[in-house]
Amino acid sequence: MVAGKLSTPLSRVRGLGAAKTGTETFWRQRVTAVANVPLAIAFVVIVVSLLGRNHAAAAQILGSPLIAIIMLLFIASITTHMRIGMKEIIEDYVHEEPARAILLMGNIFFTLAVALASAYGILRLSFGVFGV
Amino acid sequence: MAETKMPVERPLSPHLLIYRWPVTMVMSIVHRITGAGLYFGTLLVAWWMIAAAAGPNAYSTFAAFMNSYFGRLILFGYTWALLHHMLGGVRHLIWDVGHGFSAAERERLSWATAIGSVSLTVILWVLGYLVMGGSH
Repeated sequence: MVAGKLSTPLSRVRGLGAAKTGTETFWRQRVTAVANVPLAIAFVVIVVSLLGRNHAAAAQILGSPLIAIIMLLFIASITTHMRIGMKEIIEDYVHEEPARAILLMGNIFFTLAVALASAYGILRLSFGVFGV
Repeated sequence: MAETKMPVERPLSPHLLIYRWPVTMVMSIVHRITGAGLYFGTLLVAWWMIAAAAGPNAYSTFAAFMNSYFGRLILFGYTWALLHHMLGGVRHLIWDVGHGFSAAERERLSWATAIGSVSLTVILWVLGYLVMGGSH
C-alpha cells in the first residue's frame, strides 16, 4: 500500500491500493487462529473423554447439543484456517502453471470436503439417527 | 560470431546452510511443517465423525485403527503437532500485537514453544492413559 505523491489525499486516507482489497485473508487467518485456541483445547478434551468408549457412548456424546456445536465451530474454524495456510504454502513453493492453479484449486476442494464430511457426520448424530 | 568468454567463478554469498540454525528459524519452519501435517490430519477427524454417524461397525474399524501401534503413532504425532502449532500461533499473535521482538524475548518465546509443546504432549498422553484406566 504505497501512497506516493501521485495519489490523492482521499485515496491516501482510504488506505487502499489499486486492488481495493487485500487484508481479508490476513485478518481471517488471525480471527480463526484466535478461535482455534479454545476450540482445539475443547476438541482435545472431547477426544480424551471419549477414549476407549464404545460406539453408542461416543455417538451419544458427540451428538449432544453442546458437544456438537463445539465440534461444528471447531471444524469451521480449522478448515478455514488451514485453507488459507496451505494457500500460502503453495504460493510460496509452486511457481509453475498449471501445477500452481491445480494445487490451489485442490486445496479449496480438500478443505471444503473435510469440512462438509465432518459436519455431515456431526449433524447426522445430532439429529438422532441412533435414537438418542 | 563473437567468442563468448566463460564466466569467471565468483564466490557466492553465504547461504542458510553454513550458519548455525537460530532457534527462531527452526520454530518458524516447524510451525509450517506442523501446519501442513495438521492439514492432512483432519482426514482422521472427518473419518471419526463419519464413522460415528455410520454405525457401530464403521466405528469399530476406526477404533481398531486408532488402537493399533501405527494409529497411536499418528495420534501422538498429531497431538504434538497440534500443541506446537497452537503455541507457535500464540507466539505469532504476541508478535502481531507488537510485543516480544527483542532478541532475548524471541529466543525465549521460541524455546517456550519447543519445550512447552513436548511437555504438554507427554502430560496429555499420560492423562489419556489414566482416563483409559491403564487397560491399553
